[in-house]
Amino acid sequence: MQKTALYKALGLAFSAMLVTACASNSDLDEGAGAAMTATEQQANEAGDSATAGVESASLQGESLASDANTAAQKALLDITTFYFAFDQSTIKSESKAALTAHASYLAANKGARVVLEGHADERGTPEYNLALGERRAIAVRRFLMANGAADGQIKVVSYGEERPAATGHTDDSWAKNRRVEIKYQSR
Amino acid sequence: MVNRIILSLLVLLSLNAQAELVIEVTQGRQSAIPISVVPFEWTGATNLPENISAIINNDLGSSGYFRTLDTQLMLSKPVRPEEVVYTDWRRMKQDFIVVGRISADEAGYAIEFHVIDVHQQIELLHHRVKGRATQLRDLAHYISDFIFKRLTGIDGVFSTKMVYVTTNKERTRFNLNFADADGAREQLIFKSSHPILSPAWSPDGKKVAYVSFENGQSEIFFQELSTGRREKVISFDGSNSAPSFSPDGTRLAFVHSNAGNPDIYVMNLNTRKVERLTTHYGIDTEPQWMADGRHILFTSSRAGGPQIYKLDSETGSVKRVTFEGSYNARARMTADGRKMVYVHGNGDSFHIASQEMSSGRVRILTRDTNLDESPSVAPNGSMVIYAATENDRSILAAVSVDGEVKFRLPSRYGDVREPAWSPILN
Repeated sequence: MQKTALYKALGLAFSAMLVTACASNSDLDEGAGAAMTATEQQANEAGDSATAGVESASLQGESLASDANTAAQKALLDITTFYFAFDQSTIKSESKAALTAHASYLAANKGARVVLEGHADERGTPEYNLALGERRAIAVRRFLMANGAADGQIKVVSYGEERPAATGHTDDSWAKNRRVEIKYQSR
Repeated sequence: MVNRIILSLLVLLSLNAQAELVIEVTQGRQSAIPISVVPFEWTGATNLPENISAIINNDLGSSGYFRTLDTQLMLSKPVRPEEVVYTDWRRMKQDFIVVGRISADEAGYAIEFHVIDVHQQIELLHHRVKGRATQLRDLAHYISDFIFKRLTGIDGVFSTKMVYVTTNKERTRFNLNFADADGAREQLIFKSSHPILSPAWSPDGKKVAYVSFENGQSEIFFQELSTGRREKVISFDGSNSAPSFSPDGTRLAFVHSNAGNPDIYVMNLNTRKVERLTTHYGIDTEPQWMADGRHILFTSSRAGGPQIYKLDSETGSVKRVTFEGSYNARARMTADGRKMVYVHGNGDSFHIASQEMSSGRVRILTRDTNLDESPSVAPNGSMVIYAATENDRSILAAVSVDGEVKFRLPSRYGDVREPAWSPILN
């Protein structure tokens, strides 16, 4: 329940055209990116003919980002590691609120740059795990872009099983190692 | 001059990075041939820096084809054929004995040795080999290869080398090491604070290709072994990995991905032209050339989990070759093309399996190691070296392609990973 509320609050905090593009796209597919581009272009065209109206709408949006929302968003931005199931690169539903916050942050701060580091657990072969780590990082990149981040803000690198977060050989360690970490290069 | 300085630096670096691998044979073959390597005569004033007969003993014993006799159990220790008392060796149930003598001159060492058939009471081989003072281990391995080839008909691989990666627990140091196939004489050839993986030998044994993250993304480098000279060969935007040289050394298969879609590519090493061979949206990785220089085995997730497929590099046609188990990856071929070995996973267990190419029959080769990965086949097709997890560490272990012989190469500290066995070097 709380997550849904946050999700909506965050959505409101950003420009109207992006909200309409992303809010309905929490389950991503290949088509999402193209749809978003089309929406953006329409919004721009509309902007050319009715400059004043669009500006006032976006100003209202900014003002709704109250202190409470900013704090909630900050808390979500502190979550920078996202976990995956074995041999899977599907974003877990519990990761989406924080990822949406990162996407919104990137959308609002065009100068911000992130590296998405993809990782796998040690089971299986190093090269396949390198590919799997990349798949995971790319899944996160798609999500961030569909939710407002720009391509040029995101770099992806996979370390496969080479840089584990936990060095044990148990289910617990493996679960901690199947991850994507968002690392901000500049804020 | 510069090369010499680099080399001496490498030697210095290697001193503090030694993982010190030591062979422990854990399982031998029932049908192994009993052979005694009698300590060779040495009349020099000082002890030799290497124990030649012990190295030969260890080589032959670890091959699984021979069962060697402890020197303490020998009833006599002849160094010439005429000194052999046959009843001593028949009593110990020995088929063959090796005797020999080491001499030195200003040029280095000479070793003269004889292989004697105990049952027929005849000298089978009489041979002499010479080397420089620094080549005592090479001389020993040469003798092992010579005896192995004459008695089994198979090329020996005791003079071959391997490269492998060692890391610390924190994964902040990565070393690419070069060593004899028995783990001795380890040398550090490249070190980095970023991951190094997938070392692969060129067919002429003169260079290795590997993946390095030193520039913040995975790129493929070549490194010439004699000079240490490095060349960045493949660094397209995104991820570049899994290099594999074609059998004639003119092409390099590799994996490239720039949008989460790893595919198999081939670079012509003369023209540096690149061709993309797969376009599937699944993961395609771990290419390995087959002996015909046309087909490539690779791992793909196109059917869900990873399985091994065979790709025709001329027509692009793809055929699945593994069907048993949910995880089959990283195929390597024996030189005769009859078998492939790969990582076979079922649930949480990952072991090395071999599969006959003609019948598709699968055999799991390893059972007593865990999380087995990175198999690499000896150039004579006899053994597979691989990385495994043991007591919270990563070690190298080896198993014969028929599963009968096993040995381990544990290191004193650190994790040892990603072994690659060299071709036969001349």
